[in-house]
Amino acid sequence: MSELHFPWIECSILAPLLGAVWLQLRSNSERALRDTVVVCVVTLLLTIGELVDFTWVGAFEAHDHWPFLSWIFPPDVFVIDELSAFQLPLAALIFMVIVLSTLRTKAPRFSLELALISESLVLATFSCRASWALIALLIASTIPPLLELRRRQRCSRIYCLHMGLFAGLLIVGYGGLTLVDASSSAILIPGALLTAAGLLRSGIFPLHLWMTDLFDKATFGTAILQTTPLVGAYAVMRLVLPIAPSWALQSIAVLSLFTAVYAGAMALVQSDARRMFCFLLLSQSSLILVGLELVTPIGLTGALSLWLSVAMSLTGFGITLRCIEARISRFSLDEFHGLYPQMPMLAGFFLLTGLASIGFPATVGFVGMELLIEGAVEVYPFVGTMVVIATALCGIAVLLAYFRVFTGRENRTLISMRARPAERFAILLLTVLLLGGGLYPQPGISSRYHAAKELTRLRHDASIEDVPVEPTPHPHAAAAANIPD
Amino acid sequence: MNALEIFFHVSGTAVVASPVLLLAVMGLALLFNRPLSETTTVRLTQTSVLLSLLPAIAILITMLATGIRNVPIEFGNWVTIPEQAFHFHLKFTFDRLSIPFLMLSCVLCGVVGEFTRRYLHREQGFARFFLFYAIFYCGMVLSSLAGTIETLFVGWEMVGLSSALLIAYFHERENPVRNGQRVWTIYRLSDAALLIASITMHHMVGEGDFGGLMNSGIWPEGTAAVTSSQALLVGSLLLIGAAGKSALFPFSGWLPRAMEGPTPSSAIFYGALSVHLGAYLLLRLSPLIEASFALQMMVLSLGTISAIAGALMSRVQNDVKTSLAFASLTQVGIIVVEIGLGLRYLALIHIMGHATLRTMQLLRAPTLLRDYNDLENKIGARLQQPPWSGVRWLPQSIQHWCYRFGFDRGFMDIALDRWIAAPFVSCFRTCNEWEGRITRFLSREPIAKTETDSSGFDDNTSQDISTAA
Repeated sequence: MSELHFPWIECSILAPLLGAVWLQLRSNSERALRDTVVVCVVTLLLTIGELVDFTWVGAFEAHDHWPFLSWIFPPDVFVIDELSAFQLPLAALIFMVIVLSTLRTKAPRFSLELALISESLVLATFSCRASWALIALLIASTIPPLLELRRRQRCSRIYCLHMGLFAGLLIVGYGGLTLVDASSSAILIPGALLTAAGLLRSGIFPLHLWMTDLFDKATFGTAILQTTPLVGAYAVMRLVLPIAPSWALQSIAVLSLFTAVYAGAMALVQSDARRMFCFLLLSQSSLILVGLELVTPIGLTGALSLWLSVAMSLTGFGITLRCIEARISRFSLDEFHGLYPQMPMLAGFFLLTGLASIGFPATVGFVGMELLIEGAVEVYPFVGTMVVIATALCGIAVLLAYFRVFTGRENRTLISMRARPAERFAILLLTVLLLGGGLYPQPGISSRYHAAKELTRLRHDASIEDVPVEPTPHPHAAAAANIPD
Repeated sequence: MNALEIFFHVSGTAVVASPVLLLAVMGLALLFNRPLSETTTVRLTQTSVLLSLLPAIAILITMLATGIRNVPIEFGNWVTIPEQAFHFHLKFTFDRLSIPFLMLSCVLCGVVGEFTRRYLHREQGFARFFLFYAIFYCGMVLSSLAGTIETLFVGWEMVGLSSALLIAYFHERENPVRNGQRVWTIYRLSDAALLIASITMHHMVGEGDFGGLMNSGIWPEGTAAVTSSQALLVGSLLLIGAAGKSALFPFSGWLPRAMEGPTPSSAIFYGALSVHLGAYLLLRLSPLIEASFALQMMVLSLGTISAIAGALMSRVQNDVKTSLAFASLTQVGIIVVEIGLGLRYLALIHIMGHATLRTMQLLRAPTLLRDYNDLENKIGARLQQPPWSGVRWLPQSIQHWCYRFGFDRGFMDIALDRWIAAPFVSCFRTCNEWEGRITRFLSREPIAKTETDSSGFDDNTSQDISTAA
């Protein structure tokens, strides 16, 4: 197996953990936010280094057996491949921009230590392959929000119920999987349990109530961090995709599709901004699952591209809502707020990220969405139509929210509500990525296609029945490539 | 590549690059919080329009001189996955249809830009207007020249977004914003049909190239390369997309609402360009329409109904801009009928003539009423309106019905709100309420104020969503 040239993976996991310890030891709240930002930046750089190194290595998967870290982490636990190599910098970026856009006045409410621990767990999860370690990490990553809910003295019953079920399903499902023969039909039962766990973590209807509840009761930052890295989709990719037959995956795709349309419609009728955001996220993340479960290279490429786009754009969208909340407290979409004159930059960013999340032309999600629809139509035309409808509903919801927040009345204030330099930096960074990826999408799409192809091949190698392998090239493609029939 | 090809390529690139650059400069200036001065903004806009218009004229003259009727400008694949036959091809076509429409877009955008310079002088949203205007202009150029349906979709979406944002230009009032939202909703839903048509077309012919859809010949001589039933399927979807963009029946309800925006944007969008974009799409794909008799009948019916409805509505409006908007609808309806009848050149000439005249009328509209008042003050009486004598032949009941039909704007908004929006809102409100109940039951937490708020709706929200749907 290929080796990285530096222990990027372990270092990136350790950095936020050590940061959390450092914050605990210093107990100096004045500088805590600054220190956390530094830790997040270092972690992001480490993950970018890992991505660059991985690209340089040029293999499908790679790990790092560095002797001085082997006493901490058992060898072969952390391996990255073409799927996770992009998710690690993305997750680190999400954490960095959330911390960066936290106002100093809000820092005491938003636990920086828990955020760093969460980051460490998410990075470890994305670096870990299917094993008990992955199960343990998936379960562990549900704990920081729970601690926050307890700390805020909010009811955690719904969260505990869902996450307890998630943990139970994972343990029983994976335990069952190790006990049954991979070629027997009995594998369907543990497979179903793991699928249910994945769907629950992804918030697929009707198992999505924990997400709306979390957005309602936790701090906005924590809720965004818990949901936007799309850990549920990763769990499905690692645990379900290799074992589930195609018909089962297509059933999940139908369920995800229903969720996408339902959540898109629900986003339209919400009056609470956070809930609207939550349903928007649910709708778009369900679309990713639709693509993942089509298991055709083109659908999978669309889903993987959309994964990056949705995570980035909805984090940006969430940041903007959070910045507005930080200034005017929680707000309703029932009334117009007319904030445009106070925060024109945030208004522009709100619109940009909102439109990027629905795959508007010239943003990073556009080609991903096209691919996803193309892949969906290949399997069943009705699916493609529903994907388009879900996106249309989300698009309407985004502009509705924009108009409600930024327009509709005059709102003059004596104090400045403009974006602070740190917020501005976070905004510009995400803008560059959203527009840059949209205007020059080929490298990203090629890499995602390669990953999709490898994942499809691996699934085929695992001898799953009726797996659609490399589809026959389209006659027009054959003609274009001068391939003789 | 010979000298002529190099000339075409350079000129074609300039035509497309100019509005894209304008948009980039204006967007970056606002993004980095460095707004440009009014003079700089206007000069950049003028330069950009000229840099598109002059090369387009040069291409036209060269084409006429050399007898070349079709100049494709290829920028290669923006995105491609060769093994999967997926490619997003950037191709622009200069032909007898696109060049006149492009020149019309450039001329009218230039005129309206110049008009706006004075009309919105020292307005707070001056830079914002020109940013949205740049998005619109860019969208129009891309849509006019699109050689593939994907490129058309990019331009189409840009036109839609800028329209909605410009209708809501007067931010401090609710009405423009609600109307902007309504237009966006209609656009999104009709654009969904266009996107589905694009995907369907891909599967039929393996590419999104319009040339692939037309078997032989270049516009207007092409014939469709698909079967009659395929033409009906794709054509119906495209017809929905076109009807939404051109405010054809039953989507006409948004047209008077769009007049809430500043007069220059009303003139350029709903009097001239945007409202003709649907007709332009039908014109571009007119061979497809001729491939299916059923589709042809649909186009003719839609055009006729829209024209009649527009005529009835425009006569009884009490607002000059709204009246002009419905008059536009009548003309667009007639243009669609011409397309349905296969009169392609006539339809193109009609688009150009009508767009120019209507732009002039709409730009004149704000001062027209003042001039009327002056005139009436001077003569000391009301000006006599010529009666429409034809109406006297109709029975009284029909006259009343026509008046009500026109005054209530064809009952289209009422019907859409009652039969589509209300059930939709009611259904998902119920779902939301149930979710709230289940959450409260599971959490057994006392109802916090925020939760109560989040599950409740006020009339404004429902009105907005009704408006939206």
